[in-house]
Amino acid sequence: MARAVTSRRKALNTMIAWAVGLVIFFPILWTILTSFKSEAQAISDPPLFLFFDWTIENYGVVQDRSDYMRYLWNSVIIAGGSTLLGVVVAVPAAWSMAFVPSKRTKDILLWMLSTKMLPAVGVLYPIYLLFIELGLLDTRTGLVIVLMLINLPIIVWMLYTYFKEIPVDILEAARMDGATLRGEILHVLMPMAVPGIASTILLSLILAWNEAFWTLNLTAAKAGPLTAFIASYSSPEGLFFAKLSAASTMAIAPILILGWFSQKQLVRGLTFGAVK
Amino acid sequence: MATRHSRSAARIMMAPAVILLLGWMLVPLTMTLWFSFRKFLPLRGGDLGWAGLENYVRFVSSSSFWPSVQATLTIVGGVLVVTVILGVLLALLLDQPMWGQGMVRVLVIAPFFVMPTVSALVWKNMFMDPVNGILAHIWKFFGATPVEWLSQASMQSIILIVSWQWLPFATLILLTAVQSLDREQLEAAEMDGAPSLKRFWFIILPHLSRAITVVILIQTIFLLSIFAEIFVTTQGSFGTKTLTYLIFQRVLESQNVGLGSAGGVYAIILANIVALFLMRIVGRSLDA
Repeated sequence: MARAVTSRRKALNTMIAWAVGLVIFFPILWTILTSFKSEAQAISDPPLFLFFDWTIENYGVVQDRSDYMRYLWNSVIIAGGSTLLGVVVAVPAAWSMAFVPSKRTKDILLWMLSTKMLPAVGVLYPIYLLFIELGLLDTRTGLVIVLMLINLPIIVWMLYTYFKEIPVDILEAARMDGATLRGEILHVLMPMAVPGIASTILLSLILAWNEAFWTLNLTAAKAGPLTAFIASYSSPEGLFFAKLSAASTMAIAPILILGWFSQKQLVRGLTFGAVK
Repeated sequence: MATRHSRSAARIMMAPAVILLLGWMLVPLTMTLWFSFRKFLPLRGGDLGWAGLENYVRFVSSSSFWPSVQATLTIVGGVLVVTVILGVLLALLLDQPMWGQGMVRVLVIAPFFVMPTVSALVWKNMFMDPVNGILAHIWKFFGATPVEWLSQASMQSIILIVSWQWLPFATLILLTAVQSLDREQLEAAEMDGAPSLKRFWFIILPHLSRAITVVILIQTIFLLSIFAEIFVTTQGSFGTKTLTYLIFQRVLESQNVGLGSAGGVYAIILANIVALFLMRIVGRSLDA
């Protein structure tokens, strides 16, 4: 007898799952809602859920008072720059490891992974010192380099697992037909690799956007990205729930949207192919 | 077969990544090791010469060392227990047939994309604030006295915040594993009359064991170095000073680089022990 799922069971599942989902999502929802309240209504007792005087005033205040756009721009440059640089370095490396594997390929991959395990705080002062010496402290260039380096192992790994799935036969065939190495990459490999590269870029952007150790420790007023912008709200004066919410909403919105597109890639990228 | 020509081309293509990572690993690591053997106080005289093992001894014998190890282990352990147990349950729930499955999954995964400073501040102020926080309202609603979360229950609060951030990660990976489960085997067991608890224990859980191990190892590595969550909530007070935070304070706040570097070496060793296990699992999946 085939096991038919009764619609009653399905309805029950649906109810439980939605309830759990909403509880988990609630802090984000609450932040977004609060960002549209006045400061007085943001702390009203009992809390107002939907029936309050909606206003977008907080967003304007946050921008005026703390120059949100500059931090946003820093985040965009730092996350985008480190991702771009990382992909440019990683694509050739992952390509060669996937298609011209040698006895040492596995060792190199594992070694790259091991550099990711290095606790940041263990090298905090050396990096800090090097940054001062090289004039990189509180610059976007400095953070682009550091974030590129900390995400490089993940980028290489993820690309490697994608490239591995491209059938080698096709490359062989192209080679037989006299394709050059360059032609092989440009016309055969790239079209098949683009989805994998796109997912890798997405994950790297998310990780770089949310990175909060180096961005907090290596920046001050000039190059601080959104992580630092939000951290500056940790010791506020006066009423600020609504403004904190507006600032938070603006900081997480871009990546929340990107993130929803990248659920599958997240698993692959963060488990180094150990769970498929 | 790869030709010799393509071999050497491959080597050249790999070189930038390898050289960059080698430099990123060796240069700062060597410097940390070097500093850890020096008496180095940048603001009070600079490098004051060789210190031998003094920094290593002082770091572990300072009164804040063992509490920091304990705080680290409590946070890592607490978050692991919460995220793995809830993650398994959530993964099984999300695998059930339901309406709007994709949407529910989106809701559950969302916290992972919230930057650590935002989630820590939102929880600290809008949920854990003893006067205006949501939790205070709930407590009052039931006639209880609101808790001053971050001072009276600091550890639980940090564990709650960090678990909220990492639960999506655990769920997502476990869900991927659940979905690769052999349905026929489960149905066969069901037809043979195995009750659902037994099916869970003898079929589902063993199937998930590998994914659970991966979740535990990867999370441990990230959790050992959580920073922002403590930086913007308690600043290391109320017993939440982790090893990472202690080293951060030694190095950047009190500018005792020698001492902090010795602490850094301890942290590196600790992380490497965990990493070794993870690498073995990942290495095995490379062979497969």
